[in-house]
Amino acid sequence: MAMAKKSKLPMGGISKCPTGIQGLDEVTFGGLPRGRPTLVCGGAGCGKTLLGMEFLVRGATQYNEPGVCVSFEETGEELAQNMRSLGFDVNALISQKKLAIDYVHIDRSLVEETGEYDLEALFVRLGQAVDSIGAKRVVLDSIESLFASLANEAILRSELRRLFRWLKDKKLTAVVTGERSEGRLTRHGLEEYISDCVILLDHRVTGTVFTRRLRVVKYRGSTHGTNDYPFLIDEDGISVLPVTSIDLKHAASDERISTGIPALDCMLGGKGYFRGSSILVSGTAGTGKTSVAAHFADAACARGERCIMFSFEESADQVTRNMRSIGINLGRWINKGLLQFHAVRPTTFGLEMHLAKMHKIIRNFDPSIVVVDPMTGRLVDSGTQAETRSMLLRLIDFLKQKQITALMTTLTGGAAAQEQTEVNIASLVDTWLLLRDIESGGERNRILNILKSRGAAHSNQIREFLLTNHGVELRNVYLGETGLLTGSARVAREAKDASQALLAKQEIETKQRALDRKRKAIEAQMDVLRLELETQEEESRRFIAEEQMKLKKWQQDQGEMAKSRALNQGTRAGNAKSARAGEDRR
Amino acid sequence: MKTSAARAVRKRKNSKEPTWELRLYVAGQTAKSLQAFANLKRICEEHLGGRYQIEVVDLMKNPELAKGDQIFALPTLVRKLPEPVRKIIGDLSNTERVLVGLDLRPRARGIS
Repeated sequence: MAMAKKSKLPMGGISKCPTGIQGLDEVTFGGLPRGRPTLVCGGAGCGKTLLGMEFLVRGATQYNEPGVCVSFEETGEELAQNMRSLGFDVNALISQKKLAIDYVHIDRSLVEETGEYDLEALFVRLGQAVDSIGAKRVVLDSIESLFASLANEAILRSELRRLFRWLKDKKLTAVVTGERSEGRLTRHGLEEYISDCVILLDHRVTGTVFTRRLRVVKYRGSTHGTNDYPFLIDEDGISVLPVTSIDLKHAASDERISTGIPALDCMLGGKGYFRGSSILVSGTAGTGKTSVAAHFADAACARGERCIMFSFEESADQVTRNMRSIGINLGRWINKGLLQFHAVRPTTFGLEMHLAKMHKIIRNFDPSIVVVDPMTGRLVDSGTQAETRSMLLRLIDFLKQKQITALMTTLTGGAAAQEQTEVNIASLVDTWLLLRDIESGGERNRILNILKSRGAAHSNQIREFLLTNHGVELRNVYLGETGLLTGSARVAREAKDASQALLAKQEIETKQRALDRKRKAIEAQMDVLRLELETQEEESRRFIAEEQMKLKKWQQDQGEMAKSRALNQGTRAGNAKSARAGEDRR
Repeated sequence: MKTSAARAVRKRKNSKEPTWELRLYVAGQTAKSLQAFANLKRICEEHLGGRYQIEVVDLMKNPELAKGDQIFALPTLVRKLPEPVRKIIGDLSNTERVLVGLDLRPRARGIS
């Protein structure tokens, strides 16, 4: 007994047999009860036979458990053909002795019943098939058709009871299919005999959209998911979509990743989004949601990360062309294999089918970034609000568990409240960017603000959002007396401000120049005056010097004269002196 | 009763009449199978006057043979000849029903 396997069982309960069917083992917490029969019931065309066959094929290929299918409805060749369209090569498995199909054909018109009988021949056939390949798994599809073929129901019931006992004794894990009928799980009450595990398959049409659902009605001795789980059948068989986390326990990363728009990074504390968070970009039509998403994808691919873009409105070519016009080249990432595009019309399938497909694509590509554009819009047409919300919750949980950063866009209607998304997914997301149109001055302009960003500092400011040929740009909006100004109003206001500043500058310059001129003029005057002063000074000085010279000369002359007089006539000298003094006085 | 795959009980009186080829599937010598064989032999003697052959197939010994004739219940009598193939399941205790099943009696309305 493999201890490792046993220890994985919840509560040390019954041993389980993994089906290998995507998602079913999660819903049943490990698989079907080993060594016991499981009833799979549902209406026509709900996938019972396929579930049974996939159980066998996966058992044979993945768990090395050969299986036998006893078919009461389809021949082995028909089954093989049906399975081939889902990618399973039944004939190869049969030739490898990993699978055996026994077609039990009962034509009631050719069969007469008289007296006592039993179904020992069925046991013989089944036992022979099981022994021939060492089978561990058995599918009976659909044993209820015996009720239509045989008149003696009492014998049939006791034989069925014996058959299921026999299967248990042989320790065969069996899937028994049964047709659902009104008010009961199966038309002939098979659930009376198989009570260990009952799985109900169902399909519904809501609007025009078809959704398949699976529910584990009963699982004796084990816990199991109790919800209606949507499932889909595609080229890889069945995938069941469980709510990926019942409790919120996904890890939260501290790593921040760029939004691809530097200004937006700044608004988000300079670092961008948290890795593994979910981001919602909501806005009215044409506000640039896809551009924000494309920037994010572009930045991720530039870092060498893988990215998937789910587009529900535009084709891959259309998006790449449109993004090229704002300078984002997504084509190169597609060529490099870093970016995958999945464009499909939302109305093609039901919401659950979409999300199941997304699950699958994500699992296969293993990206670090997922963009859903748009999350809502036409997509919600395929389900009710409650359904949509629950599905989105599942997707977000799934992405969070995988630490995938998800950016979803959502279209808000013009009439609806701007800060309310169509399906109220706001509470599910971590970061919410709101893009809006502002209509003023005969134009519409885009603005962006961050409504919330859990666990990160973020700007409370509204920015004008510009789509330029080199990507998205964010500008500060102009807050004037008349309120928020954007677009050309902002440009005009900015120009006006600029001209006012220019004017003031010019005035200052003029004043400065005037002052300079004045100073120069006064200085010039001062020069003239100084010059004049100097001239006068010089003249005066010259005059003084001349006069002094004259005086000196005169005194010299006087001295010489006196000398000469004193030598010649001593008396005359006094007369002459008084005469001279008289002359001066005149 | 002896049961073996190849063991056949042959009786032939008139070669002009078509021979009935009957095959009885059983699993071991159970009360039901012995009963069925005895009933079959009696009915054949009474109504076919020796223009028949019975082959008894024991699925305990040859389980792979069950598939060929699409046997699911036991005992099962298969009328191989004349065509078309007919099957009667049970211990053949109701002679009327056996005769109807072998097309020796027209089917009554409301039955089958």
